[in-house]
Amino acid sequence: MADQDYREEEILGKAYDARLMRRLLQYLRPYLAEAAAAVVLLLLLSLLQLLGPYLVKVAIDAHIARGRVAGLAAISLLFFAVLLLQFAVEVAQSYLIQRMGQNIMRDLRLEVFGHLQRLPLSYFDRNPVGRLMTRVTTDVENLNEMLSSGVVAIFGDVFTLTGIAVVMLWIQWQLALVSFLVVPFLTVATFMFRSKVREAYREIRVRIAKINAYLQENISGMAVVQLFGRESRNLDHFRKLNYDHLEAFLRTIFYHAVFFPVVELLGALAVALILWYGGIRMHAGSLTIGAVVAFIQYAQRFFRPISDLAEKYNIMQSAMASAERIFRLLDEPEEPDFRSPAIRPAVVRGEIEFRGVWFSYNGEDWVLRDVSFRIDPGERVAFVGATGAGKTSIMSLLTRLYEPQRGCILLDGVDIRHIPRDELRRNIAVVPQEVFLFAGTVEENIGLGNERISSEAIRQVAEALNIHEMIEKLPRGYREDVRERGSRLSLGQRQLISFARALAHDPRVVVLDEATSSVDSETERMVQEALEKLLAGRTALIVAHRLSTVQNADRILVLHKGEIREVGTHSELLARQGIYYRLYQLQLAGLKVERPVEGESSAPSSEAASHAPATRA
Amino acid sequence: MDGLVEDLKSLLPYLRRYRRSYWVGLAAVVFGTAFQLGSPWVLRFAIDALARGGSPRQVALYALTFVGLAALAGIFRYLMRMTIIGASRWIEYDLRNDYFAHLERMNPAFYHRWRTGDLMARATNDLNAVRSLLGPGIMQAASTILVALGAVVQMFSLDAVLASIALLALPLISVVVFRLMRRIRLLYDQIQAQYSRISEKAQENLAGIRIVKSYAAGSREIRLFAKANEEYVRRNLKLAKVRGALVGTIEVLAGIGILLILWVGGHRVIHRHMSLGELVAFMSFLAMLSWPMIAIGWTLNLIEQGRASWIRIQQVMQEEPEIADGPRTDFSIASLRGAIRFDGVSFSYDGAWVLRGVDLDIPQGAAVGIVGRTGAGKSTLVHLIPRLYDPTEGQVRIDGRDVREIPLAVLRRCVAIVPQESFLFSDTIAANIAFGTDGSEEQIRWAAEMAGLLEEIQSFPQGFDTLLGERGVNLSGGQKQRVALARALLRDSAILILDDALSAVDAATEERILRNLRRIMRGRTTLVVSHRISAVKDLDFIVVLDEGRVVEMGTHDALLSFRGLYWELYQVQQLEESLSAL
Repeated sequence: MADQDYREEEILGKAYDARLMRRLLQYLRPYLAEAAAAVVLLLLLSLLQLLGPYLVKVAIDAHIARGRVAGLAAISLLFFAVLLLQFAVEVAQSYLIQRMGQNIMRDLRLEVFGHLQRLPLSYFDRNPVGRLMTRVTTDVENLNEMLSSGVVAIFGDVFTLTGIAVVMLWIQWQLALVSFLVVPFLTVATFMFRSKVREAYREIRVRIAKINAYLQENISGMAVVQLFGRESRNLDHFRKLNYDHLEAFLRTIFYHAVFFPVVELLGALAVALILWYGGIRMHAGSLTIGAVVAFIQYAQRFFRPISDLAEKYNIMQSAMASAERIFRLLDEPEEPDFRSPAIRPAVVRGEIEFRGVWFSYNGEDWVLRDVSFRIDPGERVAFVGATGAGKTSIMSLLTRLYEPQRGCILLDGVDIRHIPRDELRRNIAVVPQEVFLFAGTVEENIGLGNERISSEAIRQVAEALNIHEMIEKLPRGYREDVRERGSRLSLGQRQLISFARALAHDPRVVVLDEATSSVDSETERMVQEALEKLLAGRTALIVAHRLSTVQNADRILVLHKGEIREVGTHSELLARQGIYYRLYQLQLAGLKVERPVEGESSAPSSEAASHAPATRA
Repeated sequence: MDGLVEDLKSLLPYLRRYRRSYWVGLAAVVFGTAFQLGSPWVLRFAIDALARGGSPRQVALYALTFVGLAALAGIFRYLMRMTIIGASRWIEYDLRNDYFAHLERMNPAFYHRWRTGDLMARATNDLNAVRSLLGPGIMQAASTILVALGAVVQMFSLDAVLASIALLALPLISVVVFRLMRRIRLLYDQIQAQYSRISEKAQENLAGIRIVKSYAAGSREIRLFAKANEEYVRRNLKLAKVRGALVGTIEVLAGIGILLILWVGGHRVIHRHMSLGELVAFMSFLAMLSWPMIAIGWTLNLIEQGRASWIRIQQVMQEEPEIADGPRTDFSIASLRGAIRFDGVSFSYDGAWVLRGVDLDIPQGAAVGIVGRTGAGKSTLVHLIPRLYDPTEGQVRIDGRDVREIPLAVLRRCVAIVPQESFLFSDTIAANIAFGTDGSEEQIRWAAEMAGLLEEIQSFPQGFDTLLGERGVNLSGGQKQRVALARALLRDSAILILDDALSAVDAATEERILRNLRRIMRGRTTLVVSHRISAVKDLDFIVVLDEGRVVEMGTHDALLSFRGLYWELYQVQQLEESLSAL
């Protein structure tokens, strides 16, 4: 996750945000029954926890203090039974919560992932993969932590607190009130602690973000730092940032170091009050020794959840920030599917027309200006032009990876915006310049999980392209894992698999961005043969880099600065001595000047000086 | 836990620096625990007094003692946190500084091997885990062990018979815990592995989103991703079950202990073998014992994670830079004049030769162009001069001295290089230009002017104080390159190298800037690597590289008359120019 932006990731959130919480609770809906069961179990658990000290009281008052042995065994066994039940409930409850949490996280991950599949490509241009990865992984995990340990525990704590208070009041309300004397102090202490710590943590987050941003920047630009002899200055600056962070943290340590002993001290004070006032009441004969013991035990339990509550704060805060980021992603508009009325062509012939198409990735930087052309079914058209002339953009528009700002594109006379996206893409197969293989077998990479492509069909396609033997020769044939170590496929083999993928989908239109890197002559021959088979009888749009491809095309469209400037066959265009003629000469000269060698290890040249993009544009 | 000490030995120097804090902290743990263990005793006397019908005054005295003990324990707990947790934060501070300083020593080759994200992960997540080991880890380990030991000892001193009965289940518990813990760790690893699979799947999908969309393969992707997620949930729930079993077993066994105490202890009180107060104190100690049982698993986990993270940090810290001052360095060299010589220089990278037997003599003050095809080795050649890399064979000399004998600091002060990809920091324009010098405002202005940037900077509302980067203005590629150039000019070095440094600037501006440079670089050595012939054609002489070798050398006119590679490159550029003019 080299692209992670340490500044954005540290956006501060509130620990509780009602709007976010409401939206999060929506995800509980499929699990309402489980959630209800978990809450009931939680209530039960709190009740059972209350029983223990009470049974101790009974044991002392009714038996031990009176010297009655009979029934002591019974009450001990009862105590044991309560404990057993308590543990059973606890285990069941925590399992339920875990299951619910895991299921909700899965739902959320799938929703984020599914949503990503439907976002327009321009979104991916804006957001680096690393950042999106964080949404799917870390952010969802943060929410899980809140769900499984934070929220539920808070519910439980509140139940327990109320329950204890009620039981104490029930046993002896005067003594209960006396022991509650410490509660106001406790509230004040907790409140003060929380506000101090919140302040400090805010500082800490800002400061750690600064440290990490500075560190990342220095790692990326280390060569510059070294070449300009800035090491000691930058180290000094880093130390300073680091010290600011340390200093803020030392403050929180102080708050913690004071707060926890104070809570314990208040707990001891409560016990002391019970002893003192209990002593007076007992002397007056209105209180039993068992009740005092039970009160002491209740008081000790009373204070545990309160220090817990203070600790939960952090978890909540980072979970809310994560929720915010996840929802922001989910709120991104999806790419439009189709305009109504939807038109689903029964049989696609493969006629393509661009009508006055204007397109830019960014504002007024037009990549295509008023581009119009028509391609007949079965025609093979090569697009030629210098880098940046707009060839690839035409291909992207045809499959609606992007939408043009003006003009329209027609398939068999139908505006492609009216054709459901998946339908459109099923009829147009794309072979990109750089082959992308997914983790998985050769077979999976050809079929891409399309259920209409049987493994029989995949083999037929492979045979048609003369690569069946090549695949069979792989250690595990069609089941060869393309990403596994040791079975790296060669560039040519990958290209052939990419052709097979396109052919297996049996499209009417093939969009081919020809690879520039060449392969050895034997593979090259195979690639050329396969290409002929793939294109036969189909409408083909080719971004051409090879002379042979251009010569075999029915027509050549020459793109220059976003416009179609010349149209014709190879010889016609050469005769015209215009742009194509110059491009052709350049190509010929380039064949001598450029040095395309497969597997050439790149020199550590430019990357060494600064191996990551500078301040992002 | 095998080899734990061995793995953590390298942390000792850091611990030693704060040993006073740790000793004080550990002493505080001991005293704090002692006072904590004292309170059940007070409780015992208080209860016994109550049971005997003692006077409220006497009971009140006990109550006061109880609070007093808690206060004392609290003071020591405060001290414990302040010292141990504080020391761990200081060590974190030291470690982070050392990590940064270490990274500053590493060469480009290191940064080629290590990804930024990986280095960052070690500085963030791993450092945090190590800190947790040194702070809460040590503190909890010490205090749980002491509390557990203390409670057991107290229970025996209260009533040995009852203590033996209550702790009967303890060996059984430890066996169960030990076994289940091993299983939990196994399951935990499996969960982590599945989590990586989910991440990989998402990463791959996002990287290949074009193909996914083009082939309408989104539903397949979702299916695969869902499958990986199902498995993740399944493994997590398996762990939840085992964990539940672990907690349940411990608690049931502990429950049996409580049952026995209440039953046997009740009998013993009735038969006057012990007092009621002693029984209550006994129960308090047992309650104290339950906390360490829960905390120990958590603490062990903390230690285990800290150790794994420390190993990962050490992997970075143990790397040594290949390029650094060494025994060959002659520290008497304080400055350079700038005559450069390559003697039979070859350089190989990843087993491929990038430069082969380059001999080159560049007199002091010369302005030399270096051209060639992509991948001819131009950048590599100039990177050898400030020792971003060292040659595999042969020598690079400046003023007759092998660059490996020149102190790095001197070398880099005397060689200013403007790289292909200009790297700017998130700071003001002025700070980016003054980078590495104490340039005055005037000088910064001058450098910006020479780099043909002054007018543009002045058009920004904040001028030279304009912030760059994420939180500020994003400059265009050409502007960035000129900032980088201004930065190099301000260094006023004996040798200036432009490594295709103006590629994003239009040709006319480039020529204007280069004319400026010729004037100010008079008497200094200038190397211009460029893919544009126009940038080098007026220089003193031009070196043409091909496949790592010097194939042609001479002035522009001489090279053209050879009708060799230089001529071909020139032809291509003429064509390109005529094409873009159409």
